[in-house]
Amino acid sequence: MEEFFSWFTKMENTKPFVLVLFFVTFVGIILYVYTGNRRKQRLESYKNIPLDDDANDTNREGNEQ
Amino acid sequence: MAAASASAGEQYNYDIVRKFTVMALVWGVLGMLAGVYIASELAWPILNLDNPALTFGRLRPVHTTLVIFGFGGSALFATSYYVVQRTCQTRLFSDGLANFTFWGWQLSVGLAAISYMAGYTQAREYAEMVWPIDLLIAVTWVAYLVVYVVTLTRRSQPHIYVANWFFIAFILATALLHIFNNMAVPVSFFSLESYSLHAGVQDAMTQWWYGHNAVGFFLTAAFLGMMYYFVPKQAGRPVYSYRLSIIHFWALIFLYMWVGGHHLHWTALPDWTSTLAATFSILLLLPSWGGMINGIMTLSGAWDKLRTDPVIRFMVVSLSFYGMSTFEGPLMSLKSVNALSHYTDWTIGHVHSGALGWVAMVSFGSLYHLVPRLWETTMYSVRAIYLHFWLATIGIVLYISAMWVSGIGQGLMLRAFDEYGNLAYNFIETVSFLHKPYVIRAFGGALFVTGIIIMGWNVVMTIRKGRREAAEIEARIAAKMAAAS
Repeated sequence: MEEFFSWFTKMENTKPFVLVLFFVTFVGIILYVYTGNRRKQRLESYKNIPLDDDANDTNREGNEQ
Repeated sequence: MAAASASAGEQYNYDIVRKFTVMALVWGVLGMLAGVYIASELAWPILNLDNPALTFGRLRPVHTTLVIFGFGGSALFATSYYVVQRTCQTRLFSDGLANFTFWGWQLSVGLAAISYMAGYTQAREYAEMVWPIDLLIAVTWVAYLVVYVVTLTRRSQPHIYVANWFFIAFILATALLHIFNNMAVPVSFFSLESYSLHAGVQDAMTQWWYGHNAVGFFLTAAFLGMMYYFVPKQAGRPVYSYRLSIIHFWALIFLYMWVGGHHLHWTALPDWTSTLAATFSILLLLPSWGGMINGIMTLSGAWDKLRTDPVIRFMVVSLSFYGMSTFEGPLMSLKSVNALSHYTDWTIGHVHSGALGWVAMVSFGSLYHLVPRLWETTMYSVRAIYLHFWLATIGIVLYISAMWVSGIGQGLMLRAFDEYGNLAYNFIETVSFLHKPYVIRAFGGALFVTGIIIMGWNVVMTIRKGRREAAEIEARIAAKMAAAS
């Protein structure tokens, strides 16, 4: 176990390790966000949240510039 | 309308948003006036008036603190408290704690300005506050985090809108940066002076890790939160791509943390750290422009609004400056370009294209959207908003152009050699070269500050108008009630 942790203390190990870790995570986020039709529809539906709060926007007409 | 307004007022805590909005403008006017004064001092040194409190060295942190933390910070408190309530459809957690953040923040900014003029400073860029003020800021900031996070947990809306992601990243990162950058040992319990816990090049690295992330998280991520709510609201259209905003968020948040070292090229900082910072700075171009495009494309199909809505103009120009300054930043982070640009006015011009062009302009747009809603009326003068827009835009262009001329000229002169290998110019020649650009810079700044003074007047008149209208409605209701009974 000690050997396992000491591996991380060497910069020549940790630098490529975190590079791969972060790269894979980022690619994972992109794949998650940009795949699947239903997910696309769900995620894009959130863009309306600021506009949906107009139900409580009591003076909307009066606020138009 | 009165009944509906009353229900909105009960549902949300608008009082705290109003307070921060007013103080944002107060600090904005004072901070920008200080900026124009010190810009004028550089052009006409006689303005020092032989008074130490008014010298450039003391007034410069007054200017940066008032505009970044006073104006920018108060605008962020106001808009974040407004956005989190609106997008979560819930009232802000704890009126008392929210009020504590207001008084804690205003006190910190005010005390900081006074202490700098009295000569007390930690001499850390954008973190000049002495240790007792640092402690006050830390406590205030933790209260801010609690108010924000608990409000999020009480939301009626299942999804947390992306603007809140940017705000929460800003709050968390600023807490981290503030605490680690300001770790110091006071000389004594009753002394305002202290020694940094870090030493040598580590201290320099810590300062610029903080300094650039103050730009990244305080002046960029947080104002992107503002942009992701107020641009769609003002345009009346949803953001161009929500999925792009997710990628924008994660990429930006991840990349910004690594770039501080580009402020220390060609110093004792290890070369690999410097190269890493430059590499990440170049990578930052992608999320920055992704976000800028996402904001601008929100207006796709509604460009006609630019002709009729001055508030949208502020927002579009702010996004344009965001795109421009996030192109210029990576360029300046390259070691070869930095060798020319660093220690010159080009850096000052770059900072102001971001600070005035992006931060101030998106704040003005958002506050113009916010003020009529907070005081339930319309803006007192739309023509004054147009006037503010043009004064601010022309002011920025003059400022940045003057700094490009002075900065690039200064850099070229400082490293010019004659045919014998001697320096072509002595130092005082480079200083006298700067005079004309400095006069133009001071003029550009004066135009910008005139704009915010007009905005301040317009907001005061709007508030008075809102109160008058509310009083009239109340009187009418009272008269009807009296007639009915």
